[in-house]
Order: sequence, then C-alpha cells, then structure tokens
Amino acid sequence: MPFILRRLAFYLVAAWVALTANFFIPRAIPGNAVEAIMAKFPNLQPSAYKALEAMLGVGHPGSLLSQYGNYLVDVVHFNFGTSVAEYPAKVSTLLGEAIPWTLTLVGTATVIAFFVGTGLGILAGWRHGGSLDRVLPGLMFVQTIPYFFLALILLDLLAINLHWFPIAQGYGQGLIPGWDWTFISSAIDHSLLPAFTIVITSLAGWMLQMRNVMITTIGEDYVLAAQAKGLPNRRVVLTYAARNALLPQLQGFGLALGFVVSGALVMEIVFSYPGLGLLLLTAVSSDDYPVMQGCFLVITFAVLLANLIIDLVLVYVDPRVRARVATS
Amino acid sequence: MTTVIPLLAESSAPVVSDQPVSGRWRRLPTKAKVGAVLLGLFVIIAIVGPLVSPYSPSYQNPSPSLSLQPPSAAHLLGTTNSGQDVLSQLLTGIGLTLELAIIVGVIATALSVIVGVSAAYLGGLWDDVLMLIANVVLVIPALPLLIILLGYEPQRGEAATIVVLTALNWPWGARLIRAQTLAITSRDFVAAARETGERTWRILLSEIVPNEIGLIAASFVNTVLYAIGASVALAFIGVADLSSYSLGTMLYWAESQQALSLGAWWWFVPPGIAVALMGTALVLLNFGIDELSNPRLRAATGLRRVAGHRLYPADPTPVLHIMPEQDGPIRRVLHSFSRSSLLDERRPGLRGNDGELK
Repeated sequence: MPFILRRLAFYLVAAWVALTANFFIPRAIPGNAVEAIMAKFPNLQPSAYKALEAMLGVGHPGSLLSQYGNYLVDVVHFNFGTSVAEYPAKVSTLLGEAIPWTLTLVGTATVIAFFVGTGLGILAGWRHGGSLDRVLPGLMFVQTIPYFFLALILLDLLAINLHWFPIAQGYGQGLIPGWDWTFISSAIDHSLLPAFTIVITSLAGWMLQMRNVMITTIGEDYVLAAQAKGLPNRRVVLTYAARNALLPQLQGFGLALGFVVSGALVMEIVFSYPGLGLLLLTAVSSDDYPVMQGCFLVITFAVLLANLIIDLVLVYVDPRVRARVATS
Repeated sequence: MTTVIPLLAESSAPVVSDQPVSGRWRRLPTKAKVGAVLLGLFVIIAIVGPLVSPYSPSYQNPSPSLSLQPPSAAHLLGTTNSGQDVLSQLLTGIGLTLELAIIVGVIATALSVIVGVSAAYLGGLWDDVLMLIANVVLVIPALPLLIILLGYEPQRGEAATIVVLTALNWPWGARLIRAQTLAITSRDFVAAARETGERTWRILLSEIVPNEIGLIAASFVNTVLYAIGASVALAFIGVADLSSYSLGTMLYWAESQQALSLGAWWWFVPPGIAVALMGTALVLLNFGIDELSNPRLRAATGLRRVAGHRLYPADPTPVLHIMPEQDGPIRRVLHSFSRSSLLDERRPGLRGNDGELK
C-alpha cells in the first residue's frame, strides 16, 4: 500500500479511537451526570435536559449502538450539542469563534519556533563545542520552565510593569472584529507577547534535538566524502549534513506537536487569549462538559491533520519514502 | 621529505582509572554529574522536607497582619494571603510532585519494557497491534484527553492522575525499546543462547533486557520529566485535588489569588523555579545518558584547538605537514583537503607555526 494511503488509514483509526473514547468516557462514570449538571446550572431550560441526556447517554435513549450511530452522525455535521454554562449557545458556534485565534497564534508561533530552533540546532551541531554549546545548560533550563509560568512572569514584567505590551485579550476593548486595519493591528499587537512566549519555550527543544542529530550526521562517511571532494563548507553542511538530519527532526515535529499545542493552550488562559485553550479551561472550571468534549475533538483532529501534512512533506523531502511510494 | 600525519588519529584515548567506582563517576559526562547531584538534592528535600518544614503547610495564621508577608526570619519565603508559610508548602510540594512523577515513571517504564520487548519478540500480528495502539496513543494530544478524563472524575485525586498519566505515557518508551530489541535479537549472543536451549523468558530477562538498560533509564527519566510537567499544568488549571499541597496547586492558588499583581512574587516564583530546576536536572541527566551511549555527542569530540587554530568536527580533516628545514626548527604546517578550509596553508600566520599541538 502506498505510504500516504497507509498513513491516512492510520490517522483515520486514530480519529476513530478519539471519537469513541469521547463517546464512552461520560457513559463510564458512575452516577447521573445530567442531574449533577442540572443541579449546578439552575437557569437551564427543561429542553436542555433532553439534549444532555442524549449527549451523555443517561436515561437510556435507545440502545448503545443507536446512540453511537447518532453521535457519529452529529459529529459529522459539526453538531457538538449545547453549552450548559452559556446556555443556549451552541458548542459549534463557540468553537468556531475560538478556532481562528488559536490557529493563527499557536500555528504561527510553533512554525517560527521550529524553523528558528532547527536553524540554531544546525549551527550548534556544526560548531560542536563552540559558543552556542556554552549556553546549552541555560537553554535546558528555559525548556523546562512551564509555559504558563513563563507567560505569567513575562506578563507581569513586560506588560504590567513596563507597559510594552497590552495586558490581556485578543484585541483592544470596544473594537468590533473585522477586516479593517485598526482591528488587525490591535490583534497583532495583542498576539506578540503570547507568540513570543511560545517561541521562547519551545525553541530550545527543537534546537537541542537538531543539534544532537547534526553531530551524529556530521560523523557519517558521506559528509567526509563530500569534504574530500572539496565542496564548500556551506554546501557540505546544508545539503549533506542538515538535509539528512532534518528527517528525524520532522518526524519528531509531528510527535511533539500534541505536547507543544497542549502547552500553548494552557498559556492562553494566562493572556485571556480568546482561543480554544481559554474556551477549554473556562469549560473545565464551570464543568461545561459538552464544550470540553467539543474542544477535545477539534484539538485532536487538528493535530492529526497537522501530522498528515508533515507526512506529505516527508514524502517530498525524503527520497527513500518517495521510492517506496513509486514502487508499491 | 614530508611526513603527513592525519590529526584525527591522535584523538584522546579513554582515561583508565585504577579506582573503579570513583573512576567511573569521574568519567561520567559533566552534564550527567550536575544533573544527578541536582536531582539527588531534590530527592533529599522530598524525603527530609516535611520533617524540617517550620510550619504545617495548611496552618493558617489567624492574625491578618501575617498574610502576604515578604520573606523574613520567621517566614523565610514569606506567607500566602491566608498567612500560610510558603517555605513549608514548597517543601511539602516538592515531595508530593516528585513522588507522583516517580510512581508514574516506574509503572509507565515497566509497561513500555513489557510491551516493547514482547512486540519485538512475538512479532507478526502481536507486533502490529501493539505498535498500532502505541502510535494512536502517541498521536492524540494528551492534555485535552487528560482534561476530559479527569474532568468527569469527581474527586480528581492523585490516584486518578497517576493512572491516566501512566496510560498515556508508556508508548514513547515502548517504541524505542521495541526497535532496540529487534536490533539485539538478531545478534549472535542471542542466537547462541537460543541454540544452547535457554528458555524464552530467560533469554528476554538475562540477555536482552540488560542490554537495554541505557534506553530504559532514558525513557524513565523522560517519563518523570513529562509527568512533572503534566501534573503541574493540570493542577494549575484546577484539574487536581486542590486541597493537597503540590507545586501545581501552589501555583494554582497563587494565580487565582492574584499573587503577582499584589506583588507577592515570593509566593509564585519559588514553586515555578523548583519545577524548572527539577526539569533541568532530568534533562541534564538525559543528555549525560545520551553522551555515554553516543560518544560523538561528548564535548571532548567537539571544538579543538590545533596549532592555535579553532577546529570544529565538521571542518575538513586537517593534515599536518612536518617539513625539516636546513639549520632551522621543524616546520609544522597545517593544511587540509579542502580548498575552502579555514586552515589553508597559503594563509598568512600559519606558515612556520610550531605551536604546540593540543
């Protein structure tokens, strides 16, 4: 089976596992979740009771199999139910408002961190033992600071004390979201500090990983052969060593993505950034289960999709994968 | 007459020490030493901390004048908004957080050894199914899943956190250990053991697993590192037992009581620094393990100074010419195979340099 089809099948299985887990988790807990939720939110309409029952599978509305079928149909139609904390807002509406913010901020910052970190890793690996290696312990320390902790410290120092950045939210107060320059510039202004925090904390990880792979690659015979041919250093480093070291780095990028995104989501709450993280975390603190589950599905699907894109890139940059695609 | 000596031949021989144990310690990479000492310090704090902590972490001083006090002699790290001693909470918190992470590390690593070794050894359908499960768990983002799993759990206690973190953490190590087991199984000594009629479990336990100790140690360190980060993040967003005193719940209360905007840095900064230092110790330890198993990563193989010039491992192989001259000192000239090298013979300053070789 061609490489990409095999990967696609794998991601479909992963998506199905996530969907199924999401379906069974609320049904596996003891006690009546609907009663508990209704007790917490006295302003819920009785009609919400039925919707909740159907969603959480309490009160046995039909067999488990038919519930599961209905659930899958609902998900395909982006119908994730109704928020209980912000009743009667639909979960899909709340998600739709949050997704663009997270996608722009976390996506851009993660990609920037990956490229800058990989570039620095190439330099550090090539100049093994040089000046970049001397800051390694510092980088390791930065790498292990919890995202949200660094976010809070930076917020306190740079935004609250020095007034270099706006304090919170995704855009200035009183602005109406739209495609006009006042709004966009305000949104960019508000995203700088969160983006900076993501880049700072995740950059070191990419850099350390790339450095280690580079050092191992530089010792390979083909690098020596390239040098013996008298190729310029720049060409040896970029086309021979870095090109090969990039493959494990890209694979690592896919696997670490879930981790990085999770960290970035927790960080959103610190900046009150109106993205998925804040939505998920407000849902946690208000026990808004439908929103929590919707967020989980959307985040999981986004990470799976990103992994699929990385696999496509791998086919493009790795001739061995391409050869496998061509022969099979 | 010209003698050509490839410089790489003189790479440093391993230091052999006559004192076995201390010698082995001395030969450890510096990073591993610093990491081990730092981690040992935290383990000692975790064990001794609750015994020497000046107050009970939950003791609330009734006098309102003692709330949010900056560090003083009576309260070395100040007090919280309800007059609790931050140092006592920190000492208890380090213990709780480290304990949880180590339990997760032990169980998850044991699971990854079992799954990794059996997938590789059983092969076939078993291998496919086990690795499919591992890969699926790896690719699903953990934190949102943790949140919905623990969000429904009414107590959100420590036990639930341990179970869920373990369930999500074994695949990484299992994949690495499977690959290593596949490589070892094809080696001669395993074939020899099989030929002599050793039982399968004996081959696994005494031939294969001992050869994976480095990898097992690395995946244990990684799991502990991850468990610290994840449990602190979960507590920070309130998905934990908020009446306990872990580093994460300290951060949660400090954040929700606005410690930073009230200027109470002594409440908020110490637990964060403790988390980062514990993490740094583990990362250093991991780097040390990497350097032990991959000699190319060691600093000794990095930048060297040859005849007064900086030589990186990525630079072309340098070659030393020793040219005896009439009535003169022996000339040592560095040059290399590459035209573009920094160490070209024609550059001024290099000719006639009889600087010592290092």
